[in-house]
Amino acid sequence: MTFATPNLVPAYPEIFLLVALSALLIADLFISESKRFLTYAYAQLALVGTAGFLLIGSLGQVVTTFNGSFVDDPMARTLKMISVLTVSFVLAYSRDYIQSRGLFKGEFFVLILFALLGIMVMISANHFLVLYLGLELLSLSLASLIALQRDSSVATEAAMKYFVLAALASGMLLYGLSMIYGATGTLQMAEVANVIAQGNADPGILVLGLVFMVAGLSFKLGVVPFHMWVPDVYEGAPTAVTLFVSTAPKIAGFAFFMRLLAGAMGPMIADWQSMLIIVSVLSMLVGNVTAIAQTNLKRMLAYSTIAHMGFLLLGILSGTLGGYAAAMFYVVTYVLTSLAAFGLILLMSREGFEADQLNDLKGLNKRSPWYAFLMLLIMISMAGIPVSAGFFAKLSVLSAALDAGLTWLVVVAVLMSLIGAFYYLRVVKLMYMDEPEDDTPIVGESDHRLLLSINALTLLALGIIPQPLIDLCTASIAQSLRG
Amino acid sequence: MTAHHLLSLSIWVPILAGILVLALGRDSNPGLTRGVALVGALLGFLVTLPLYTGFINASAAMQFEEAYRWIPAFNITYHLGIDGISLWFVLLNSFMTILVVIAGWIVIEKRQAQYMAAFLIMSGLINGVFVSLDAILFYVFFEAMLIPMYLIIGVWGGPRRVYASIKFFLYTLLGSLLMLAAFIYLYFEAGESFEILKFQAVALPLGVQILIFIAFFMSFAVKVPMWPVHTWLPDAHVEAPTGGSVILAAITLKIGAYGFLRFNLPITPDASHALAGTMITLSLIAVVYIGLVALVQQDMKKLVAYSSISHMGFVTLGIFLFNPMGMEGGLLQMISHGFISGAMFLCIGVLYDRMHTRQIADYGGVANTMPKFATFMVLFSMANAGLPGTSGFIGEFIVVLGAIQVNFWYATLAATTLVLGAAYTLWMVKRVIFGEVANDHVAALKDISGREFLFLIILALLVLGMGLYPKLFSEPMHASVLQLIEQASTPKF
Repeated sequence: MTFATPNLVPAYPEIFLLVALSALLIADLFISESKRFLTYAYAQLALVGTAGFLLIGSLGQVVTTFNGSFVDDPMARTLKMISVLTVSFVLAYSRDYIQSRGLFKGEFFVLILFALLGIMVMISANHFLVLYLGLELLSLSLASLIALQRDSSVATEAAMKYFVLAALASGMLLYGLSMIYGATGTLQMAEVANVIAQGNADPGILVLGLVFMVAGLSFKLGVVPFHMWVPDVYEGAPTAVTLFVSTAPKIAGFAFFMRLLAGAMGPMIADWQSMLIIVSVLSMLVGNVTAIAQTNLKRMLAYSTIAHMGFLLLGILSGTLGGYAAAMFYVVTYVLTSLAAFGLILLMSREGFEADQLNDLKGLNKRSPWYAFLMLLIMISMAGIPVSAGFFAKLSVLSAALDAGLTWLVVVAVLMSLIGAFYYLRVVKLMYMDEPEDDTPIVGESDHRLLLSINALTLLALGIIPQPLIDLCTASIAQSLRG
Repeated sequence: MTAHHLLSLSIWVPILAGILVLALGRDSNPGLTRGVALVGALLGFLVTLPLYTGFINASAAMQFEEAYRWIPAFNITYHLGIDGISLWFVLLNSFMTILVVIAGWIVIEKRQAQYMAAFLIMSGLINGVFVSLDAILFYVFFEAMLIPMYLIIGVWGGPRRVYASIKFFLYTLLGSLLMLAAFIYLYFEAGESFEILKFQAVALPLGVQILIFIAFFMSFAVKVPMWPVHTWLPDAHVEAPTGGSVILAAITLKIGAYGFLRFNLPITPDASHALAGTMITLSLIAVVYIGLVALVQQDMKKLVAYSSISHMGFVTLGIFLFNPMGMEGGLLQMISHGFISGAMFLCIGVLYDRMHTRQIADYGGVANTMPKFATFMVLFSMANAGLPGTSGFIGEFIVVLGAIQVNFWYATLAATTLVLGAAYTLWMVKRVIFGEVANDHVAALKDISGREFLFLIILALLVLGMGLYPKLFSEPMHASVLQLIEQASTPKF
């Protein structure tokens, strides 16, 4: 029996990141409190290096390694690249905030990089266990991140809630996966799809397994009825962590759905489509309606996220290449928007002031017309009103759903986005039509301000020229799922 | 600058001017803000003039077309063009923007740069709505326009401005989202194209047509507004600043009627015929019932707002008569209503700036202290009541003529507006302008300034000019109207 060394090239980015963050873990012990900036710079460099590795190798091809349990395809490359970029923004937006709250420690960076590693592994997983490994890496890192502010009881409660519910969801997912394994006799996703397509598996067990699987997936994405943790975590976690939770893991969530449902369970589309329809409609309804009643900005954005994930599912459940590409476009747009929204909250907050209440936005136009304008762009994009990236994201998923013959679902979705428009508009109203409650000028690091402006203006630019991003998503999906 | 880019210029000149105003404008230097805004508005109007002079009246085809690929993934094009139906709206909109800038010259004190910029940007977006030949491009302009209007009402409006602005936004958004769903449906039916002209060629069964008609109807009826979805309009008007009311009444209401002409009739002709009775009934309710509602208003702006709804009822009536007279009358009525309602709101603005009240009861005998103003106000009121010789008469008269060809009772009911319109408008004039000087505030009123005289005289000349020589306005419409009626009368299945 010979032991062949697996082809490591497809996993270079992950390997590099792991090495870099392990080195960071050790190096940080020797960095004094006053030189902590070095840790930040090192983390950013690690991200640049990871991004560099993502650019080398066979672009545009589907390569599997580790006996087919790890796949490197264009979709994975694109999603990983966006995740790395997102995390880089997250770190830049957070620096000031965590510094002023005594969280500027090595652990923050290490945990975020570990979570990123988990995300990247999930994105490339082609085997149930690899997927699970990535998922747990992400979940555990997130739970610790949420609890990072040890003396905050809200944060601890949120972390506890997340941890317990995440464990439950993982359990359900594993249970589902084990049934699929029992029915098909393999954990390799491509083979699972083959066995199901040939009709060699007991459909009863498959459907039962699928139900558990969808429940676990829905929890991870934070969609109704498995959404309870989302508002608490968003509100309870330090805003810098909320920023992270609301962005990069959603990309992983999308990949998760793609690999498991579109990939492994592709032949059972009729079954998971009907499940996702229910989840999607409920998410849009509950998310949008509950968001109206919120006074806490972070909580409102949490419910808005739930609604957005419902929209995202519209693309996935269409079950076509166009639908998957639309969902990918949607998730990227959503991540950009959410990044900018929390980036702005972080910019407005300062020592002893969180800026997490809706009323803290009052009169922003008087305090700073530029940031009010950026927030206007962000809200327009969230509401899916032109001219913004959000509009074309909405258009893409709606047309995918209509193409799949789900006309009634499209009508429901547009009505839900009307409800959504109400609370986004309320933010605009607070900024433009109310008087400010405090006149403290908005100050922030210049890199934070610059990146935020670029970030929000990208939303506008994508609202005028969405084609490049649409092309990227369409090409990634088409090249990855063809083979 | 070639003739090929005139439509693009009509969109982008005001928008760029608006951005420039935002960039340069400082509250410390209002002169510069106004100057840039006025130059921007004038330039915006100047680039639309060649559209009129270069327009070929005999042709029903789209003119001044521009087409570029915009988003190939959805086959969305940047396709612009105008015909005899849209021509006037572009001119009217660009023209009214100048008046709005002048009207806000010194009246707006807070954040003047943002105010002027919002109007300029909106002006460009509205031109975009009228000249788009791609449904998504149309939709983008249609929705994007809501944001500046929302801010205009909400930031510079009256006491209940926030309520009014949100009501305005959500009402209009509801309709437009359903329209978006219809667009996506038609996209697949038209072979993956968002071209409006291709939508018009799609053959659809009656059931589908009716659903699409309803989706469009939700969107456009709210804009017009038709009874019973009109309730946002009085609120929005009352709370909006003068300029906002002028643009709302003179321009944005027309977008609804334009939508019926561009989308409902040609895309769903059979549904339009099937539902014509309902549409005519709703129109007549607007004409008669809303006319009665206007009669009892205590607030001048509300009165003119209801009068607008009633007059727009004429427009929708004309459209769904399916004869050239009705449709052309409706179009003329829209242009005329643009001038008259704009003028009425500007007049009320003149009074409001001095007295800070719009209640009819607070006035009386204004003619004694403001004779020049009273002359204009009486003229515009007469026009609003449809006095022959003013533009208000032409449109209403032709629509009534068109209606009588279809049904005697339609015409009779529609004609009551001439009585009702005269009743509510002249009664208001009597109470506000004539009689004894009511109180010390009225006694202390100063007559209009040169700036106010300027915008009122321009509108007065237009109202009279159109009333005396309507041919100038109706000529470019003929070919397009005839073609549209033919399209709307050809069954699609």
